[in-house]
Amino acid sequence: MVRGDRIAAGSAFLAAAVAGFMLPDWIISLATIAFANGLVVLGLIVMWRAGLVSFGQALYYCMGGYAVALIGRWGGVTDAFLLVLVGGLSAAGISFVIGFLLARYREIFFAMLSLALSMILYGLLVKTESLGSTDGLNVIVPTFLGYAPHQEKLIVALYFLVLVVCATAALLVGAYFRSLAGALAIPVRDNELRVEFLGMSVSRLIHTKLVISALLAGTGGALAALAVGHVDPNMSYWTTSGEFVFITILAGAGSVGAAFVGSLAFESVRSFAFAMLPQLWEILLGSVLLLTILFLPQGLGSLIERLHWGREAKAP
Amino acid sequence: MMMLLRRSAPGHGYFWFVLFGSLLGVAPTQAQNTAPPGATVKLGIVSFLTGPAAAPFGIPGRNGAEIMIEAMNAGKVPAPFDKVGFGGSTIESKYIDETGSTANVVTEFRNLVQRDQVDAVVGYVSSGSCLAVTPVAEELKALTVFYDCGTPRIFEERPRAYVFRVSPHATMDNVAAARYLLAKKSDITSYSGLNQNYAWGQDSWRDFAAAMQVLAPKIVVDKALFPKLFAGEYGTEISTLLTSKSQVLHTSFYDGDLEAFIYQEQARALDKRMTILATTGEAAIWRLRDKMPSGTIIGARGANGPLAPDSELNRWFQKIYSDRYGTPPTYPAYQMAMSLLGLKLAYEKAKTGEAKPITDQVAAAFKGIEFEGPSGSVKLAIGDGHQGISETAYGTYRFNKETNEPEIVDIVRFPAECVNPPAGVNADGWIKGGMKGAKC
Repeated sequence: MVRGDRIAAGSAFLAAAVAGFMLPDWIISLATIAFANGLVVLGLIVMWRAGLVSFGQALYYCMGGYAVALIGRWGGVTDAFLLVLVGGLSAAGISFVIGFLLARYREIFFAMLSLALSMILYGLLVKTESLGSTDGLNVIVPTFLGYAPHQEKLIVALYFLVLVVCATAALLVGAYFRSLAGALAIPVRDNELRVEFLGMSVSRLIHTKLVISALLAGTGGALAALAVGHVDPNMSYWTTSGEFVFITILAGAGSVGAAFVGSLAFESVRSFAFAMLPQLWEILLGSVLLLTILFLPQGLGSLIERLHWGREAKAP
Repeated sequence: MMMLLRRSAPGHGYFWFVLFGSLLGVAPTQAQNTAPPGATVKLGIVSFLTGPAAAPFGIPGRNGAEIMIEAMNAGKVPAPFDKVGFGGSTIESKYIDETGSTANVVTEFRNLVQRDQVDAVVGYVSSGSCLAVTPVAEELKALTVFYDCGTPRIFEERPRAYVFRVSPHATMDNVAAARYLLAKKSDITSYSGLNQNYAWGQDSWRDFAAAMQVLAPKIVVDKALFPKLFAGEYGTEISTLLTSKSQVLHTSFYDGDLEAFIYQEQARALDKRMTILATTGEAAIWRLRDKMPSGTIIGARGANGPLAPDSELNRWFQKIYSDRYGTPPTYPAYQMAMSLLGLKLAYEKAKTGEAKPITDQVAAAFKGIEFEGPSGSVKLAIGDGHQGISETAYGTYRFNKETNEPEIVDIVRFPAECVNPPAGVNADGWIKGGMKGAKC
């Protein structure tokens, strides 16, 4: 079973990698941003499983993006690996500090507090004219361990960077879900008191989840900043957080891969809606979410599980 | 959960394949849709079609593009723009919404260039969008004309090869505002500002205050207020301003915010105590009509709308626009018309013989171009020949009760070289350094 698992994950990765050489640039760049956002969604899933919905994930997303833009601009660092690492770590660092406060809240209080914190960063950035206020900043063109591609090659190189980071994140988060701390997410959601009586610290478990999800969101923001080439305070606005929650609902919290599938589906549907209905695209996007909630309450991920159940029944 | 995770995994590969497959399926269909080369010119038009900036800027811009492209395709634009379409090739246009995150704006730009294979993109209202699109346009070597965004940073950060902006940048709006104010009201002692707390409001106030500092250093700033963007409720600000002894209030508010502020301040007679100077006020006069206080100083981001010089082209544009949309064109419609006319001229200049000119030829022809359009003459004189400068005008608002129509009187025109920085000089530094080289 585990072997079949790995084969499937490996072949999905290979398929995505091969696609990098075959598909036109516009799909590659769309997929690059979708997968970078998928990391943020993966972070939301980590918390979702413990019953926590963050409406402030954009805080870390924006931190990651601005870290890349500022280090590139002032520090002269151009190496993509280093930039992404610093972006992720700076978000994780912030989340470690505010986690002492956030880990004490649940449900709507957690959601609202996380939203408030992200709006503080938004307010600060808007007030800072030296960082371009709402116009934002351009991000430098990255290099990859000394390799400095341009144009089409840069798009493909970024795509592979995102792919590698996503695969690594998916493996590690998968391992985390199987570990004791990860498996305790559902009990935490269902009955915190019982988990405490088992001798585990719930606030520490949640604090860890916060840092993991911030690390993922910061990395996603850093990658998105490199792919887009520009950062602005809207990255930290609450509607950005809301979009990530939207994708999480679309994807479902059932599995690691759902985050990336959901994000790719969301970006594709939106782009399609933009082209089809330039003035009414929101209606199409909203209908997709409504239909998903009505017919696939567990998200797109549950579709995969259903297919699998069917197969299971035929070959017990 | 472990079970779920294991079970779900084999399905992933399948899903990825389906998704990529379906995306792949889109590409060939799109390619088939494109017409044979030479027959048509494909333009991507990007503007706010939804959201708060749609009504004041996005939609007039879009309408300006629609009617202009129709007239061009019919060959009905007055000379020297009377060739059908672009040099004989009909224009096919695709409209895209600018709403969404920067990532989204950039993705859609790439889609236009790489998926839809447009020959040029004309658009963008938000300066944030323009700044984000610029490096991508350069990288893709895609001819791009910005029509409404105001930030001077685009051509100041580095020279660009494929990005153009026919519409002058926002510096001249506030420099001219200061010059007009001082010409008409030389006795003022202090002024205040009410601007939205985001880049546009901050930049507008910074430029205006700096220009005032240079032109009349004795006049002081009293209150500089920055309410939230789209706040809609300005009771606190009006109270604060009512305690101020300033004779003038500078504001770069537009549309919803401007209308809300005007309605709210009139109830408390703020405009009786200080003159309002609205740098983008022109876009709102046809909706506010007699609600806009008489005596308000009105700008239109250039010589647009009622501030445009009288010419055959201007009268023609006013007529076809008003006939179609039931309201006179406001400045975003003018900016769009000017951008399209500039692109048309560059395209025709680059076209030799029957073949479609390549992007580099059009870009070379576009550089430094000079022409007369509905808002008068424009010259791509700065930003290495990529940024337009033109004369601008300010006037004073009056609602004519006899004709029941808004009027702008007491118009003062400022030559392009008077209110724009010379080539190679940063706008910010130019104002602060005393506006050296200004020819008024």
